[in-house]
Amino acid sequence: MSTLEVSPVEPSSGPTGPSLVNDFSLQVATVNGSGSQTANSVLMRAILQMGIPVSGKNMFPSNIAGLPTWFTIRASRHGYIGRRKEIDFLVAMNPETAQEDVRKLEAGAGVVYDEPLKLSQIRSDLHFYPVPFDKLVGPVCSEPKLRKLVRNMIYDGVVANLLSIEMEEVRQALVKQFGPKKAKAADLNWRAAQTGFDYAAKTFTKTDACRVERSNQTAGKIIIDGNAACALGAMFAGVSFVAWYPITPSSSLVETLIGYMRRFRTDPETGKASYAIVQAEDELASIGMCLGAGWAGARAMTATAGPGVSLMSEFVGLGYYAETPAVIINVERVGPSTGLPTRTQQADILTTATLSHGDTKHPMIFPASPEECFRYTIDAFDLAARFQTPVFVMSDLDLGMNNWMADAFPYPSKPIDRGKVLTAEDLERAGGFARYADVDGDGVGWRTLPGTNHPQAAYFTRGSGHNEKAQYTEREDDYIRNMDRLAHKFDVMRGHVPQPVVEAAEGAEVGLIAFGTSDYAVRESRDQLLAEYGIAASYFRLRAYPFSSDLAEFIARHQRVYVVEQNRDGQMLGLMRLELAADLIAKLRSVRYYGGLPLDARTVTDDVVAQEGKK
Amino acid sequence: MSTTVTPPPKKTNRLGLEVLSYKGSKTTLCAGCGHNAISERIVECFYEVGVNPWNVAKFSGIGCSSKSPAYFLGLSHGFNAVHGRMPAIATGALMANRNLVGLGVSGDGDTASIGLGQFMHMLRRNVRLIYLIENNGVYGLTKGQFSATADLGSTLKTGIPNELPPFDCCALALHWGATFVARSFSGDKKQLQAILKAAISHRGLSVIDVISPCVTFNDHEGSTKSYSYMKDHEEPLHQLDYVPFQDDIAIELPEGETTEVELHDGSRLRIRKLGRDFDPTDRIAALAALDQAEAAGEVLTGVLYVNTSKPTFDDMLQLDDTPLALLPDAKLRPSPAVLEQAMEELR
Ligand SMILES: Cc1ncc(C[n+]2csc(CCOP(=O)(O)OP(=O)(O)O)c2C)c(N)n1
Ligand code: SF4
Ligand SMILES: [Mg+2]
Repeated sequence: MSTLEVSPVEPSSGPTGPSLVNDFSLQVATVNGSGSQTANSVLMRAILQMGIPVSGKNMFPSNIAGLPTWFTIRASRHGYIGRRKEIDFLVAMNPETAQEDVRKLEAGAGVVYDEPLKLSQIRSDLHFYPVPFDKLVGPVCSEPKLRKLVRNMIYDGVVANLLSIEMEEVRQALVKQFGPKKAKAADLNWRAAQTGFDYAAKTFTKTDACRVERSNQTAGKIIIDGNAACALGAMFAGVSFVAWYPITPSSSLVETLIGYMRRFRTDPETGKASYAIVQAEDELASIGMCLGAGWAGARAMTATAGPGVSLMSEFVGLGYYAETPAVIINVERVGPSTGLPTRTQQADILTTATLSHGDTKHPMIFPASPEECFRYTIDAFDLAARFQTPVFVMSDLDLGMNNWMADAFPYPSKPIDRGKVLTAEDLERAGGFARYADVDGDGVGWRTLPGTNHPQAAYFTRGSGHNEKAQYTEREDDYIRNMDRLAHKFDVMRGHVPQPVVEAAEGAEVGLIAFGTSDYAVRESRDQLLAEYGIAASYFRLRAYPFSSDLAEFIARHQRVYVVEQNRDGQMLGLMRLELAADLIAKLRSVRYYGGLPLDARTVTDDVVAQEGKK
Repeated sequence: MSTTVTPPPKKTNRLGLEVLSYKGSKTTLCAGCGHNAISERIVECFYEVGVNPWNVAKFSGIGCSSKSPAYFLGLSHGFNAVHGRMPAIATGALMANRNLVGLGVSGDGDTASIGLGQFMHMLRRNVRLIYLIENNGVYGLTKGQFSATADLGSTLKTGIPNELPPFDCCALALHWGATFVARSFSGDKKQLQAILKAAISHRGLSVIDVISPCVTFNDHEGSTKSYSYMKDHEEPLHQLDYVPFQDDIAIELPEGETTEVELHDGSRLRIRKLGRDFDPTDRIAALAALDQAEAAGEVLTGVLYVNTSKPTFDDMLQLDDTPLALLPDAKLRPSPAVLEQAMEELR
């Protein structure tokens, strides 16, 4: 029990006053299948176009139509684009959840709602704006089938009016959203938005505090989800073979990739493809095909989620032991088993690190942003080729499926790395080779591709015991030498995987370690810890496994180090325990969130403060 | 007169290679195992047809049969995959390099038990691969349990009878899309040679189910995959001759008794009728023949089906003529202008 009284610093996003200008969270509650996605994307884009940093989070059910879904748009002049738990403005369109949605709001929040829901009686500390959507939609759209979809665009107009979002930006966002081919649909939606705007203008007096004011913080930014960013990364990495089996939240990655590859990797004259994309019968087949393709020299990848990774286990062990390149993008969702397929988590860390039976270790890369999805997907292909092993890119549903504001991606600066491959000429010169001999000291042998036009090119790839010449062996010394070389190779990878980002706070006793999408919450939490509790915390953003040697140094420099992660069991901390010295392990503490929503800063701050004994 | 004796010129094939170039390491399978005979046929056929060994990729799963790729074509790359999943490895590799000659060897357990799913999906895709099943009705490597091709009533060494109906891999192959389907017997040297050579010349998926007795665990009385059972029950559909495309010599044969199938490389399979009428381009007839043979307790052997017009998987995917694995960087990485265009679309 702490007797220390800490008076928290006034939070920057309090419920009243001008502080909600360009700093609020707006939530739209609908049912899935109602086409609200378009209306929400347009709203988010319009705010971005006005120069305000913004993020959008879709909380949707694993279902096709009829279940509740929430979309949260956070505008933040501070550039905080992680999830915020507190909602300042609600658009209540779903009768089933409306009451609860309203009850959860921050005091002083604004509520746009479908008039028949009669929500204004529930609370007296909110600002209510009832809108008769059904009445308004009639004149806009004569076709009953389309009404359900167009209805949503009316709230865009209402919200634009109430939050001072410029209608010209809404119009442009609409045009962008629908593209030139669907100009008619864009037009219809535009009329709906105008109807909402006009209704609000003549009906409401604005009384809540949320407002958008033109700024200049988003010039040149793009809006993209992490899956599309990985897809672009794969295309520019030179992917030439893809095998996959659909699973949320990774399907859109490959689907987006198919779209790009058709446009940009098909010869315009011959119509021939510089790639093969195979929808396999399951994940066993997709990883197997990738290993076969990687073995034969293609740049091969698959994308999946937890259940798929579990199925891939046996083959990934073969990839590790036979030393075959492949890139596996795991867009993590909530497990175990089918779990919550449309919620986010970072809970495949331990399974992936040692996936498959026997002693295995696999490199993992943790992108935290679309930029990193792009860059690290490219790096993953080069790493897989260079180290001749399956490489995992660990994305998650939050990163993969939500829309993010990002900087435009830079064109890759390094040429494609195909790793150590001997040609017929090389073989002629050398007079042969031993596939698994560590001739360079980095644990990586030279390989040849099937079809190499030389009598000495062949070797036999197997998942059973093999010596340096790839011959079958059960000898103890051969086995141990091979396993030790593999361990050495993994060790060498430490210096080649993406390195951490370290932000040291002067004289800090407390360190924070996080990875992937926890980054947003942790960065914001650092500011909260300092502003509200006077806790200065250094930050180590881990970007890959095997861990870089900086990790031990970082822990050594601090008294208490919090490992923040989105799973129940502290899996990353567990992985660190396997490697670190006892005195360093003793410094580690765990901050875990596993509810399936994107991690928010307050959750981290509260946990750290409690463990620091300051609350 | 010279006294030096010049050694007779070594026998070579059309590539100038000796048969030695087609051999593998010494077999470690049991003496008399049917799989060994099949390995020998593979060596002979690839040598005689004159396939460039370093253009061949060998694939297998797990089992005694799946070990055998180490015992033939030692100058070819090989990939010994995991149990039942060779089709995936082969599909990936053959898409990565469409110029490879793919040769897969599997067992009946590997194909029809653990690997049935991958086998069936491979059939649908008509991958360019020779898929040879060394079918002994048991799991040899795990010491003699029934596989999913064991016949009803066939017994284990212990006398335990099999009570489940078998999968007929040829029937599956006929049903689901293989474009060359044959059955043979490891002891039928001449027939197996003709079938293998024809499969080498075929462009598409060839499924060859070869009854290959396991002398150690399934060659007893009561087994329907034993040497003696096959001697009594093998029923060749026809007599086969493989006529290589280089071979222009027309062999005169009596009218009406033979049909020929022209294969993709111009070679021909000459089929001489034995008793019954059989047209290997008629898929439905082939299925019916298998059914009738089963009812009659016969093991039909020969080429059951050939289809030379169905597109292969690499054709369907419209792959670049250059193998994907060998495409230059410029073909793999689009230009900065493409990235800029993609970015602009996202602004
Ligand atoms: C996942 C997995 N399960 C089980 C085994 C054990 N196993 C090895 S070979 C084999 C059966 C092989 O039978 P078959 O394919 O008919 O080959 P044969 O030995 O008869 O030639 C089994 C079950 C394995 N290697 N992998
Ligand atoms: S156990 Fe049977 S299948 Fe295996 S090598 Fe011996 S005879 Fe052949
Ligand atoms: Mg068997």
